[in-house]
Amino acid sequence: MTEFASGTLTGKNLHLSFGHNHVLRGIDLHVEKGTTASVIGPSGSGKSTLLRVMNRLIEPDKGDILLDGRSVLKDNPDELRQRIGMVFQQFNLFPHKTVADNVSLALRKLRKLPKEQARAEALEQLDLVGLKHKADARPANLSGGQQQRVAIARALAMKPEVMFFDEATSALDPELVKGVLALMTDLAKGGMTMVVVTHEMGFSRNVSDNVTFMDAGVVVESGPPEQIFTEPRTGRLKGFLSDVL
Amino acid sequence: MDLLDQLADTFFNWEEMAKVIPALLMVGLPNTLILAVASGILGSFLGLGLAMMGISRNAAARWAARAYTDIFRGLPAILVILVIGIGLSPIAREITGNRNPYPLGILALTLIAAAYIGEIFRSGIQSVEKGQLEASRALGFSYGSSMRLVVVPQGIRRVLPALVNQFISLLKDSSLVFMLGLAASDREIFRIGNDAMANTGNLSPLVAAGVLYLILTVPLTHFVNFIDHRLRTGKPEKKEPDELAAPIGKGAQA
Repeated sequence: MTEFASGTLTGKNLHLSFGHNHVLRGIDLHVEKGTTASVIGPSGSGKSTLLRVMNRLIEPDKGDILLDGRSVLKDNPDELRQRIGMVFQQFNLFPHKTVADNVSLALRKLRKLPKEQARAEALEQLDLVGLKHKADARPANLSGGQQQRVAIARALAMKPEVMFFDEATSALDPELVKGVLALMTDLAKGGMTMVVVTHEMGFSRNVSDNVTFMDAGVVVESGPPEQIFTEPRTGRLKGFLSDVL
Repeated sequence: MDLLDQLADTFFNWEEMAKVIPALLMVGLPNTLILAVASGILGSFLGLGLAMMGISRNAAARWAARAYTDIFRGLPAILVILVIGIGLSPIAREITGNRNPYPLGILALTLIAAAYIGEIFRSGIQSVEKGQLEASRALGFSYGSSMRLVVVPQGIRRVLPALVNQFISLLKDSSLVFMLGLAASDREIFRIGNDAMANTGNLSPLVAAGVLYLILTVPLTHFVNFIDHRLRTGKPEKKEPDELAAPIGKGAQA
């Protein structure tokens, strides 16, 4: 894997409400440069929303977001999102574009690279995820696992400082999960700063440096995986772990 | 048998038809196509603007698009054509310096088409999964760029059949421009058939005009079915480099 221009990401006291629904109630999340933080918790606990708030797809009502120690809330959100790659549960590849065009679109239009150079870089990224030979295929002709690897390549092409994974393997057939998790593990080991919202407890336990357990919009427990998985302190985490393990 | 002969003569008098066909093809056809294509293209641009306003977060923009659509979809085409064509003709004469009602006819057809096309585009754009906009924005594209590069192209693709249907309807509605009074060289298909009918007292020229409309619209209808089917089932299997092809991919040097 290549070197990453990783950054340190911090969310401080993040709040968000949709009407009367208080989705995030003061979340703190700190991801040290080059490490992987996983976020676990029951459905509806606000994990996916937290990711969207931290790259300002949704603006927080309160709190602060720092990248390398500097608040980014006053930055242009579009520029912030160029620095944070995101991978979605449903892949969200652009179906009207080829695989290579999916990966090179932002390089061409945002980084303003000439077409050939953008394509060359896209092919390089696709090579990293093992799908260079699918460059001219349409996303619909790829398996779910392949689509997700293309989505990862698309995000990596922008050379992000942080990568978000929002339940990246939840929509995959079981036999396809492995390949995507292996790729994510490679990225983590390669020194990418990652925030991984996941139901894959194995990944959370074995790959991440820090695990955050969220429930009902608050961080219930946070710590190194050993502590979270072997010595849960709260009843809520114990209950959750006994449900999923 | 007399009655049948009479009917045949009324509708299918080949002689009368033959007389009108040159004018139908040389004058009527180009004029009808100019009216339909020009207002179709202009209406598409205006309709896209209305669609964007219709899904905008700005309430005033949404309201304006709604009001426009309600008005121009709710009025009979012939009324709009007459009101615009007659009402604006002094202004048009001032600007263009002639009395040709074509620009106003095109304007009226455009305004009507835009109301329908706007709704077609809006439904198409709104049918694109939310995740597409989200993924594009997550890459760092602005709302406008995301719509332009990702969401709108997909939305339009989905409504191509409805769009062609709208064009068919425009092709037929273009006949209403005859109400504005056209010089001989400006007459479209219907007017030429109609004039010939009035002159000869025989319906056959109008039947010929009808056949010409059908020659235009029926293939379009089948074209709609074709693209509709194509969109539903996807393209026929296209050759794409896969595991069996060269592993480097054909575009490696491109």
